[in-house]
Amino acid sequence: MIPALAIDGLRVTFDDYDALKDVSLAVASGESFGLVGESGSGKSTLLRAVAGLAPVSGGTISVNGKALSEKRDKAFYRQVQMVFQDPYGSLHPRQTVDRLLLEPLAIHGFDDTEARIVRALDEVGLGAGFRFRYSHQLSGGQRQRVAIARALILEPSILLLDEPTSALDASVQAEVLNLLEQVRAARDLTFVMVSHDLAVVTHMCDRLMIMQHGQEVEQLTAADLAARKVAKDYTRGLLAASEGFKPAAANSR
Amino acid sequence: MSALLEVEGLSVSFPTRTGLVEAVRGVSFTLGRERLGIVGESGSGKSQTGRAIMGLTPEHGRVDARKLAFNGIDLLKASKTERRRLRGKRIAMILQDPKYSLNPVMTIGRQIVETLRTHEPLGRAQARRRALDMLAAVQIRDPERVFDLYPHEVSGGMGQRAMIAMMLVAGPELLIADEPTSALDVTVQLDVLGILDRLVAERGMGLIFISHDLRLVSSFCDRVIVMYAGRIVEELPAAQLTQAKHPYTQGLLDCMPKIGADRHPLPVLDRKPEWAL
Repeated sequence: MIPALAIDGLRVTFDDYDALKDVSLAVASGESFGLVGESGSGKSTLLRAVAGLAPVSGGTISVNGKALSEKRDKAFYRQVQMVFQDPYGSLHPRQTVDRLLLEPLAIHGFDDTEARIVRALDEVGLGAGFRFRYSHQLSGGQRQRVAIARALILEPSILLLDEPTSALDASVQAEVLNLLEQVRAARDLTFVMVSHDLAVVTHMCDRLMIMQHGQEVEQLTAADLAARKVAKDYTRGLLAASEGFKPAAANSR
Repeated sequence: MSALLEVEGLSVSFPTRTGLVEAVRGVSFTLGRERLGIVGESGSGKSQTGRAIMGLTPEHGRVDARKLAFNGIDLLKASKTERRRLRGKRIAMILQDPKYSLNPVMTIGRQIVETLRTHEPLGRAQARRRALDMLAAVQIRDPERVFDLYPHEVSGGMGQRAMIAMMLVAGPELLIADEPTSALDVTVQLDVLGILDRLVAERGMGLIFISHDLRLVSSFCDRVIVMYAGRIVEELPAAQLTQAKHPYTQGLLDCMPKIGADRHPLPVLDRKPEWAL
């Protein structure tokens, strides 16, 4: 079977700094794949490289078996959409929700825009009442729902999620995670999700890759992680850290 | 146990075009030399509570209380000069992101020395030595080097350690930490908490730890106050968090994904209007 997303020996270099050093992975169609790491591990850079937002200096990326060229074509952006971390920064402050959702439809020449916008808002649980509001009139969770609606309105097959819930409160995070799972099931989407939170990634993903210093530490299934079947010390450290503060452990340092 | 801080019926409100916004509505608690956690989601009033105690409520905000006393000093009646003398010396505050709370055009060492010399009559050399000792106490390996660095030259974890050093150097009796580790990576988070844990215990300070992370707070504090819509909905010993009675606390605990728990969809919080009454 051809993987939905295949990355082979990917390198990203910013001036003299190697942000990604020879990373490879394959994500099957309909699968949900997680990328976990701390700041500077290259997890977001990997996602941005796929989206065409980071300079690729080596290796190949292919989507549904088709290798991507440096300049992505329009069809690519229909197929692959991205949701960013900060819903405050990723929505245009002077555009209404209606205008925000119309933009991708206009770019890709969709017809029937009216019905599509209404349907998209419905799907993310916002309803038509939100259509003519500005993003500053929305809460953080509602903004992230708009960002998800904007990504889904082009009917993509792959969704790239860069820390989609880390700017949200815990109760709102649960709602947005549930929404993402629901749309994935309904549309048979492929997810690639970046997060620093192991619990969120194991909840959402089938498989994940732990990253550090722009390299892979290990790839494992969420079930193995939950059963503590990990090969590397770094992963074990992350697992321990995600369990909260233990005074004894800290004192022994 | 003598009370370090007594708060009774504290409320903070802000006049806006659409009427009075009450951020904190009648919060009461007393604090001894212990660690108290204040937990809540955005807009629950947890940060405004901390700011009111510190005397950092914005100019246009109104602070009312039946009692707000620190070591017997009535903070409501204290003049601006008196509050200023307390702030930094006897009550200190650590904020979330060292990127914004450190002065970007002053070296880390100078900022620590500035705090020290504002409150104590010390010579340059003496102040420098105290600052270097403090940097060593927050486990910065090479204090001499870090002393001369600017905040943008250090990592987030290092910046937050410098912030802690700056706040503790004058030996405060009460420390208010507002989301001190939320901007840090998980492993760094534990290092910083470990340092805070040790220093608070060694120096016998009272600590108010403000955070949105219920589990982190309960693993770090003795006692936890849960806030919702400007009020305290529940107060309980941190060890008994799992036996929380209020549906909001239970819901907040329940809605977080846990490693190994297979719950699809996640339970969501069903907010009842009566919680906000």
